[in-house]
Amino acid sequence: MASMRDIKRRRESVSSTQQITKAMKLVSTVKLQRAKTRALKSKTYFQSMYNTVTHLLAKSGTIDVPYIKEQECKRKAILTITSNRGLAGGYNSNVVKLITKSNFDKEDIDIYNIGRKGRELLERKGYNIKADYSELADGFCYADAIKVCNALLREFDEGNIGEIYIAYTNFKNTVSQEAILLKLLPVIPEDFVKDEDGDGTPDDLLMMNFEIPDDEALRLIVPKYVTSLIYGALVEAVASENGARMQAMDSATNNAEEMIGRLTLQYNRARQGSITQELTEIIAGAEAIS
Amino acid sequence: MEDSNLFDIKIVTPERLFYEGKASMVEFNTTEGELGILKNHIPLTVIIEPGVLTITGEEQPKNAALHAGFAVIEPDCVTIMAEIIEWPTEIDASRAEESMKRAQERIAAKSPDTDLDRASVALKKAICRLNSIK
Repeated sequence: MASMRDIKRRRESVSSTQQITKAMKLVSTVKLQRAKTRALKSKTYFQSMYNTVTHLLAKSGTIDVPYIKEQECKRKAILTITSNRGLAGGYNSNVVKLITKSNFDKEDIDIYNIGRKGRELLERKGYNIKADYSELADGFCYADAIKVCNALLREFDEGNIGEIYIAYTNFKNTVSQEAILLKLLPVIPEDFVKDEDGDGTPDDLLMMNFEIPDDEALRLIVPKYVTSLIYGALVEAVASENGARMQAMDSATNNAEEMIGRLTLQYNRARQGSITQELTEIIAGAEAIS
Repeated sequence: MEDSNLFDIKIVTPERLFYEGKASMVEFNTTEGELGILKNHIPLTVIIEPGVLTITGEEQPKNAALHAGFAVIEPDCVTIMAEIIEWPTEIDASRAEESMKRAQERIAAKSPDTDLDRASVALKKAICRLNSIK
Protein backbone atom coordinates (compact mmCIF):
# COMPACT_ATOMS: atom_id res chain seq x y z
CA MET A 1 0.00 0.00 0.00
CA ALA A 2 1.26 3.45 -0.95
CA SER A 3 2.35 5.60 1.93
CA MET A 4 0.20 8.42 3.22
CA ARG A 5 2.63 11.00 1.95
CA ASP A 6 2.61 9.60 -1.59
CA ILE A 7 -1.15 9.57 -1.75
CA LYS A 8 -1.38 13.10 -0.43
CA ARG A 9 1.12 14.36 -2.95
CA ARG A 10 -0.70 12.65 -5.79
CA ARG A 11 -4.01 14.11 -4.68
CA GLU A 12 -2.57 17.61 -4.65
CA SER A 13 -1.14 17.16 -8.11
CA VAL A 14 -4.48 15.97 -9.48
CA SER A 15 -6.35 18.84 -7.91
CA SER A 16 -4.01 21.45 -9.39
CA THR A 17 -4.49 19.83 -12.79
CA GLN A 18 -8.20 20.05 -12.21
CA GLN A 19 -7.90 23.77 -11.57
CA ILE A 20 -6.20 24.19 -14.92
CA THR A 21 -8.76 22.17 -16.85
CA LYS A 22 -11.56 24.02 -15.12
CA ALA A 23 -10.08 27.36 -16.11
CA MET A 24 -9.54 26.19 -19.68
CA LYS A 25 -13.13 25.08 -19.86
CA LEU A 26 -14.34 28.51 -18.76
CA VAL A 27 -12.10 30.25 -21.25
CA SER A 28 -13.32 28.15 -24.14
CA THR A 29 -16.93 28.65 -23.07
CA VAL A 30 -16.47 32.40 -23.41
CA LYS A 31 -14.61 32.05 -26.70
CA LEU A 32 -17.32 29.75 -27.99
CA GLN A 33 -19.97 32.35 -27.22
CA ARG A 34 -17.98 34.96 -29.11
CA ALA A 35 -17.45 32.67 -32.08
CA LYS A 36 -21.16 31.84 -32.17
CA THR A 37 -22.13 35.53 -32.23
CA ARG A 38 -19.67 36.10 -35.02
CA ALA A 39 -21.09 33.24 -37.04
CA LEU A 40 -24.58 34.62 -36.54
CA LYS A 41 -23.56 38.09 -37.73
CA SER A 42 -22.14 36.80 -40.98
CA LYS A 43 -25.09 34.57 -41.76
CA THR A 44 -27.03 37.13 -43.83
CA TYR A 45 -24.03 37.66 -46.04
CA PHE A 46 -23.67 33.99 -46.84
CA GLN A 47 -27.36 33.52 -47.45
CA SER A 48 -27.42 36.31 -50.03
CA MET A 49 -24.16 35.09 -51.50
CA TYR A 50 -25.53 31.60 -51.88
CA ASN A 51 -28.73 32.89 -53.51
CA THR A 52 -26.84 35.00 -56.02
CA VAL A 53 -24.53 32.19 -56.99
CA THR A 54 -27.47 29.84 -57.38
CA HIS A 55 -29.22 32.36 -59.61
CA LEU A 56 -26.13 32.74 -61.67
CA LEU A 57 -25.46 29.03 -62.03
CA ALA A 58 -29.05 28.19 -62.82
CA LYS A 59 -28.70 29.91 -66.17
CA SER A 60 -25.08 29.13 -66.78
CA GLY A 61 -25.60 25.96 -68.81
CA THR A 62 -23.67 27.02 -71.87
CA ILE A 63 -21.09 29.32 -70.36
CA ASP A 64 -17.49 28.32 -70.71
CA VAL A 65 -15.69 29.38 -67.55
CA PRO A 66 -13.04 27.11 -65.98
CA TYR A 67 -14.55 27.56 -62.52
CA ILE A 68 -17.58 25.47 -63.38
CA LYS A 69 -15.96 22.78 -65.53
CA GLU A 70 -14.19 19.61 -64.49
CA GLN A 71 -10.48 20.14 -65.01
CA GLU A 72 -8.02 17.79 -66.63
CA CYS A 73 -5.34 18.43 -64.05
CA LYS A 74 -5.32 15.65 -61.46
CA ARG A 75 -3.62 17.66 -58.70
CA LYS A 76 -5.77 18.63 -55.78
CA ALA A 77 -5.35 21.34 -53.22
CA ILE A 78 -6.79 20.78 -49.78
CA LEU A 79 -7.16 23.66 -47.38
CA THR A 80 -7.10 22.12 -43.92
CA ILE A 81 -8.26 24.04 -40.91
CA THR A 82 -7.14 22.82 -37.51
CA SER A 83 -6.06 24.57 -34.33
CA ASN A 84 -2.74 25.87 -33.10
CA ARG A 85 -3.23 24.37 -29.68
CA GLY A 86 -4.05 20.88 -28.58
CA LEU A 87 -6.17 19.66 -25.66
CA ALA A 88 -9.30 19.78 -27.76
CA GLY A 89 -10.25 16.11 -27.79
CA GLY A 90 -10.42 14.63 -31.26
CA TYR A 91 -10.79 17.98 -32.98
CA ASN A 92 -7.48 18.01 -34.86
CA SER A 93 -7.09 14.32 -35.52
CA ASN A 94 -10.60 14.06 -36.95
CA VAL A 95 -9.77 16.57 -39.68
CA VAL A 96 -6.49 14.84 -40.45
CA LYS A 97 -8.17 11.43 -40.51
CA LEU A 98 -10.58 12.79 -43.10
CA ILE A 99 -7.67 13.42 -45.45
CA THR A 100 -5.74 10.23 -44.76
CA LYS A 101 -8.86 8.09 -45.13
CA SER A 102 -10.02 9.80 -48.32
CA ASN A 103 -9.24 7.88 -51.48
CA PHE A 104 -7.03 10.62 -52.92
CA ASP A 105 -3.49 9.68 -53.88
CA LYS A 106 -1.00 11.16 -51.44
CA GLU A 107 1.25 12.25 -54.30
CA ASP A 108 -1.52 14.30 -55.91
CA ILE A 109 -2.30 16.44 -52.91
CA ASP A 110 -1.03 19.88 -52.00
CA ILE A 111 -1.91 20.88 -48.47
CA TYR A 112 -2.66 24.51 -47.73
CA ASN A 113 -2.53 24.47 -44.01
CA ILE A 114 -4.11 26.53 -41.27
CA GLY A 115 -3.31 25.36 -37.74
CA ARG A 116 -0.06 24.05 -36.31
CA LYS A 117 -1.46 20.80 -34.93
CA GLY A 118 -2.78 19.64 -38.26
CA ARG A 119 0.50 20.51 -39.89
CA GLU A 120 2.47 18.40 -37.43
CA LEU A 121 0.24 15.39 -38.00
CA LEU A 122 0.18 15.70 -41.78
CA GLU A 123 3.91 16.30 -42.07
CA ARG A 124 4.60 13.16 -40.10
CA LYS A 125 2.41 11.21 -42.49
CA GLY A 126 4.39 12.53 -45.44
CA TYR A 127 1.98 14.96 -47.05
CA ASN A 128 3.23 17.86 -49.09
CA ILE A 129 2.57 21.12 -47.22
CA LYS A 130 2.51 23.78 -49.91
CA ALA A 131 1.68 26.78 -47.79
CA ASP A 132 1.05 27.51 -44.17
CA TYR A 133 -1.23 30.18 -42.74
CA SER A 134 -1.25 28.93 -39.16
CA GLU A 135 -1.37 32.42 -37.69
CA LEU A 136 -4.97 32.64 -38.91
CA ALA A 137 -6.10 30.02 -36.42
CA ASP A 138 -5.53 32.53 -33.62
CA GLY A 139 -7.38 35.42 -35.18
CA PHE A 140 -8.47 36.39 -38.66
CA CYS A 141 -10.53 38.92 -40.56
CA TYR A 142 -12.17 38.81 -43.96
CA ALA A 143 -9.07 40.21 -45.68
CA ASP A 144 -7.17 37.09 -44.58
CA ALA A 145 -9.72 34.86 -46.24
CA ILE A 146 -9.31 36.91 -49.42
CA LYS A 147 -5.55 36.41 -49.27
CA VAL A 148 -5.80 32.64 -48.91
CA CYS A 149 -8.43 32.45 -51.60
CA ASN A 150 -6.34 34.46 -54.06
CA ALA A 151 -3.35 32.21 -53.51
CA LEU A 152 -5.51 29.16 -54.27
CA LEU A 153 -7.20 30.70 -57.29
CA ARG A 154 -3.88 31.73 -58.81
CA GLU A 155 -2.76 28.11 -58.79
CA PHE A 156 -6.10 27.06 -60.22
CA ASP A 157 -5.98 29.67 -62.99
CA GLU A 158 -2.48 28.62 -63.97
CA GLY A 159 -3.65 25.05 -64.23
CA ASN A 160 -1.36 23.73 -61.49
CA ILE A 161 -4.28 22.29 -59.61
CA GLY A 162 -7.56 20.96 -60.92
CA GLU A 163 -9.65 20.77 -57.77
CA ILE A 164 -9.80 22.65 -54.53
CA TYR A 165 -11.15 21.09 -51.35
CA ILE A 166 -11.51 22.36 -47.86
CA ALA A 167 -11.31 20.15 -44.76
CA TYR A 168 -12.71 21.73 -41.63
CA THR A 169 -14.95 21.02 -38.69
CA ASN A 170 -18.58 21.92 -39.07
CA PHE A 171 -20.23 23.30 -35.97
CA LYS A 172 -23.56 21.54 -35.52
CA ASN A 173 -24.14 22.54 -31.92
CA THR A 174 -22.20 22.93 -28.72
CA VAL A 175 -21.89 19.22 -28.12
CA SER A 176 -21.49 17.94 -31.64
CA GLN A 177 -19.00 18.92 -34.27
CA GLU A 178 -18.33 17.08 -37.47
CA ALA A 179 -15.24 17.11 -39.63
CA ILE A 180 -16.15 17.50 -43.30
CA LEU A 181 -14.37 17.61 -46.63
CA LEU A 182 -16.00 20.04 -49.04
CA LYS A 183 -15.27 20.69 -52.69
CA LEU A 184 -14.80 24.39 -53.39
CA LEU A 185 -13.82 24.37 -57.04
CA PRO A 186 -14.84 23.63 -59.70
CA VAL A 187 -18.43 24.43 -58.84
CA ILE A 188 -20.62 22.02 -60.75
CA PRO A 189 -23.94 23.69 -61.57
CA GLU A 190 -25.86 20.39 -61.54
CA ASP A 191 -25.11 19.92 -57.83
CA PHE A 192 -26.62 23.29 -57.12
CA VAL A 193 -29.78 22.77 -59.09
CA LYS A 194 -30.37 19.55 -57.19
CA ASP A 195 -30.10 21.42 -53.90
CA GLU A 196 -32.70 23.90 -55.02
CA ASP A 197 -35.32 21.24 -55.67
CA GLY A 198 -38.46 21.73 -53.66
CA ASP A 199 -37.74 24.95 -51.84
CA GLY A 200 -36.35 26.85 -54.81
CA THR A 201 -38.10 29.89 -56.24
CA PRO A 202 -37.85 29.57 -60.01
CA ASP A 203 -39.70 32.85 -60.65
CA ASP A 204 -36.94 34.81 -58.99
CA LEU A 205 -34.36 32.89 -60.92
CA LEU A 206 -35.69 34.00 -64.26
CA MET A 207 -36.04 37.63 -63.31
CA MET A 208 -32.51 38.50 -62.26
CA ASN A 209 -30.38 40.33 -64.82
CA PHE A 210 -26.67 40.96 -64.80
CA GLU A 211 -25.10 44.22 -65.79
CA ILE A 212 -22.17 42.46 -67.38
CA PRO A 213 -22.18 39.32 -69.55
CA ASP A 214 -22.87 36.12 -67.62
CA ASP A 215 -19.47 34.58 -68.12
CA GLU A 216 -17.73 37.66 -66.80
CA ALA A 217 -20.12 37.82 -63.87
CA LEU A 218 -19.29 34.21 -63.08
CA ARG A 219 -15.60 34.89 -63.33
CA LEU A 220 -15.95 37.72 -60.81
CA ILE A 221 -18.52 36.28 -58.45
CA VAL A 222 -17.24 32.73 -58.07
CA PRO A 223 -13.99 33.90 -56.41
CA LYS A 224 -16.07 35.98 -54.00
CA TYR A 225 -18.21 32.94 -53.34
CA VAL A 226 -15.16 30.79 -52.64
CA THR A 227 -13.75 33.46 -50.34
CA SER A 228 -16.99 33.58 -48.41
CA LEU A 229 -16.94 29.79 -48.07
CA ILE A 230 -13.40 29.90 -46.74
CA TYR A 231 -14.33 32.63 -44.29
CA GLY A 232 -17.41 30.71 -43.22
CA ALA A 233 -15.35 27.58 -42.70
CA LEU A 234 -12.88 29.53 -40.56
CA VAL A 235 -15.67 30.92 -38.42
CA GLU A 236 -17.20 27.46 -37.98
CA ALA A 237 -13.83 25.90 -37.27
CA VAL A 238 -13.10 28.38 -34.49
CA ALA A 239 -16.49 27.71 -32.93
CA SER A 240 -15.93 23.95 -33.24
CA GLU A 241 -12.45 24.17 -31.77
CA ASN A 242 -13.75 25.89 -28.68
CA GLY A 243 -16.74 23.59 -28.45
CA ALA A 244 -14.49 20.55 -28.66
CA ARG A 245 -12.08 21.96 -26.11
CA MET A 246 -14.91 22.84 -23.79
CA GLN A 247 -16.16 19.27 -23.87
CA ALA A 248 -12.71 17.76 -23.50
CA MET A 249 -11.93 19.98 -20.55
CA ASP A 250 -15.29 19.30 -18.98
CA SER A 251 -14.72 15.56 -18.99
CA ALA A 252 -11.14 16.08 -17.79
CA THR A 253 -12.45 18.08 -14.86
CA ASN A 254 -14.98 15.37 -14.07
CA ASN A 255 -12.34 12.67 -14.24
CA ALA A 256 -10.11 14.66 -11.91
CA GLU A 257 -13.00 15.01 -9.49
CA GLU A 258 -13.53 11.27 -9.49
CA MET A 259 -9.83 10.62 -9.02
CA ILE A 260 -9.62 13.04 -6.11
CA GLY A 261 -12.52 11.25 -4.46
CA ARG A 262 -10.80 7.91 -4.83
CA LEU A 263 -7.48 9.22 -3.58
CA THR A 264 -9.12 10.83 -0.56
CA LEU A 265 -10.70 7.51 0.33
CA GLN A 266 -7.35 5.76 -0.03
CA TYR A 267 -5.66 8.43 2.04
CA ASN A 268 -8.16 8.15 4.86
CA ARG A 269 -7.86 4.40 4.85
CA ALA A 270 -4.10 4.63 5.02
CA ARG A 271 -4.34 7.14 7.88
CA GLN A 272 -6.71 4.90 9.80
CA GLY A 273 -4.47 1.93 9.12
CA SER A 274 -1.46 3.72 10.50
CA ILE A 275 -3.32 4.82 13.63
CA THR A 276 -4.57 1.29 14.25
CA GLN A 277 -1.09 -0.04 13.76
CA GLU A 278 0.37 2.48 16.22
CA LEU A 279 -2.26 1.59 18.81
CA THR A 280 -1.61 -2.12 18.39
CA GLU A 281 2.08 -1.49 18.83
CA ILE A 282 1.55 0.54 22.01
CA ILE A 283 -0.80 -2.03 23.51
CA ALA A 284 1.54 -4.84 22.57
CA GLY A 285 4.43 -2.90 24.18
CA ALA A 286 2.43 -2.25 27.37
CA GLU A 287 1.43 -5.88 27.61
CA ALA A 288 5.03 -7.01 27.19
CA ILE A 289 6.15 -4.81 30.10
CA SER A 290 3.39 -5.91 32.54
CA MET B 1 -47.99 59.52 -50.41
CA GLU B 2 -44.89 61.50 -49.75
CA ASP B 3 -42.38 58.78 -49.07
CA SER B 4 -43.52 56.50 -51.88
CA ASN B 5 -40.13 56.95 -53.51
CA LEU B 6 -38.33 55.27 -50.64
CA PHE B 7 -36.98 51.75 -50.80
CA ASP B 8 -35.11 49.45 -48.44
CA ILE B 9 -31.37 49.37 -48.47
CA LYS B 10 -29.31 46.78 -46.72
CA ILE B 11 -25.54 46.69 -46.66
CA VAL B 12 -24.06 43.48 -45.35
CA THR B 13 -20.43 42.55 -44.86
CA PRO B 14 -19.14 39.16 -43.80
CA GLU B 15 -18.45 40.57 -40.35
CA ARG B 16 -21.50 42.67 -39.59
CA LEU B 17 -24.68 44.28 -40.82
CA PHE B 18 -23.22 47.57 -41.93
CA TYR B 19 -26.34 49.57 -42.60
CA GLU B 20 -30.06 49.01 -42.88
CA GLY B 21 -32.62 51.66 -43.65
CA LYS B 22 -34.71 53.53 -46.20
CA ALA B 23 -33.34 55.54 -49.08
CA SER B 24 -34.64 57.45 -52.08
CA MET B 25 -31.43 57.07 -54.04
CA VAL B 26 -28.25 55.06 -53.81
CA GLU B 27 -25.15 55.80 -55.88
CA PHE B 28 -21.96 53.78 -56.27
CA ASN B 29 -19.36 52.65 -58.78
CA THR B 30 -19.67 49.44 -60.74
CA THR B 31 -17.44 47.73 -63.27
CA GLU B 32 -19.44 49.46 -66.00
CA GLY B 33 -19.37 52.94 -64.51
CA GLU B 34 -21.27 54.97 -61.98
CA LEU B 35 -24.75 53.87 -61.10
CA GLY B 36 -27.57 55.68 -59.34
CA ILE B 37 -30.55 53.61 -58.26
CA LEU B 38 -34.07 54.84 -57.63
CA LYS B 39 -37.14 52.89 -56.57
CA ASN B 40 -38.56 50.31 -58.98
CA HIS B 41 -35.30 49.55 -60.68
CA ILE B 42 -35.33 46.35 -62.73
CA PRO B 43 -33.76 43.36 -60.98
CA LEU B 44 -30.04 43.63 -61.60
CA THR B 45 -26.84 42.27 -60.15
CA VAL B 46 -23.75 44.41 -60.49
CA ILE B 47 -20.11 44.04 -59.50
CA ILE B 48 -18.72 46.88 -57.42
CA GLU B 49 -15.59 48.87 -58.18
CA PRO B 50 -13.87 50.97 -55.52
CA GLY B 51 -15.76 54.23 -55.12
CA VAL B 52 -17.85 56.41 -52.89
CA LEU B 53 -21.25 55.10 -51.88
CA THR B 54 -23.88 57.75 -51.31
CA ILE B 55 -27.19 57.02 -49.67
CA THR B 56 -29.77 59.77 -50.05
CA GLY B 57 -32.68 59.22 -47.77
CA GLU B 58 -34.86 60.80 -45.14
CA GLU B 59 -31.90 62.28 -43.32
CA GLN B 60 -28.65 63.86 -44.39
CA PRO B 61 -27.03 62.05 -47.36
CA LYS B 62 -24.58 59.45 -46.10
CA ASN B 63 -21.20 58.67 -47.60
CA ALA B 64 -19.11 55.55 -47.25
CA ALA B 65 -16.01 54.17 -48.93
CA LEU B 66 -17.01 51.01 -50.75
CA HIS B 67 -14.12 48.91 -52.03
CA ALA B 68 -15.26 45.54 -53.22
CA GLY B 69 -18.26 43.30 -53.46
CA PHE B 70 -21.44 43.19 -55.49
CA ALA B 71 -24.95 44.48 -55.26
CA VAL B 72 -28.28 42.78 -55.81
CA ILE B 73 -30.91 45.27 -56.91
CA GLU B 74 -34.61 44.50 -56.70
CA PRO B 75 -37.51 46.93 -57.30
CA ASP B 76 -38.10 47.66 -53.62
CA CYS B 77 -34.86 46.57 -52.06
CA VAL B 78 -31.14 46.95 -52.67
CA THR B 79 -28.73 44.56 -51.00
CA ILE B 80 -25.08 45.46 -51.17
CA MET B 81 -22.77 42.59 -50.40
CA ALA B 82 -19.69 44.54 -49.46
CA GLU B 83 -16.46 42.72 -48.84
CA ILE B 84 -14.82 45.91 -47.63
CA ILE B 85 -16.69 49.07 -46.68
CA GLU B 86 -15.94 51.90 -44.26
CA TRP B 87 -17.72 54.95 -42.85
CA PRO B 88 -15.73 58.17 -43.25
CA THR B 89 -15.23 58.24 -39.48
CA GLU B 90 -13.38 54.95 -39.66
CA ILE B 91 -10.87 56.23 -42.19
CA ASP B 92 -7.45 57.53 -41.27
CA ALA B 93 -6.86 60.38 -43.73
CA SER B 94 -3.09 60.58 -43.35
CA ARG B 95 -2.74 56.84 -43.84
CA ALA B 96 -4.88 56.95 -46.98
CA GLU B 97 -2.81 59.80 -48.39
CA GLU B 98 0.39 57.94 -47.66
CA SER B 99 -0.80 54.80 -49.36
CA MET B 100 -1.93 56.86 -52.36
CA LYS B 101 1.56 58.31 -52.71
CA ARG B 102 3.15 54.91 -52.34
CA ALA B 103 0.90 53.43 -55.01
CA GLN B 104 1.57 56.31 -57.38
CA GLU B 105 5.30 55.89 -56.91
CA ARG B 106 5.04 52.18 -57.54
CA ILE B 107 3.14 52.79 -60.77
CA ALA B 108 5.50 55.56 -61.88
CA ALA B 109 8.62 53.52 -61.17
CA LYS B 110 7.46 50.74 -63.52
CA SER B 111 10.13 48.27 -62.57
CA PRO B 112 9.49 44.87 -64.13
CA ASP B 113 8.70 43.19 -60.82
CA THR B 114 6.00 45.69 -59.87
CA ASP B 115 2.60 44.14 -59.57
CA LEU B 116 0.74 46.75 -61.59
CA ASP B 117 -2.69 45.36 -60.85
CA ARG B 118 -2.09 45.45 -57.14
CA ALA B 119 -0.68 48.95 -57.23
CA SER B 120 -3.60 50.28 -59.23
CA VAL B 121 -6.11 48.64 -56.90
CA ALA B 122 -4.30 50.20 -53.94
CA LEU B 123 -4.38 53.57 -55.66
CA LYS B 124 -8.08 53.27 -56.40
CA LYS B 125 -8.80 52.34 -52.81
CA ALA B 126 -6.80 55.26 -51.46
CA ILE B 127 -8.50 57.75 -53.79
CA CYS B 128 -11.88 56.36 -52.86
CA ARG B 129 -11.11 56.67 -49.17
CA LEU B 130 -10.01 60.27 -49.58
CA ASN B 131 -13.04 61.16 -51.69
CA SER B 132 -15.43 59.79 -49.14
CA ILE B 133 -13.98 62.01 -46.41
CA LYS B 134 -14.44 65.19 -48.40
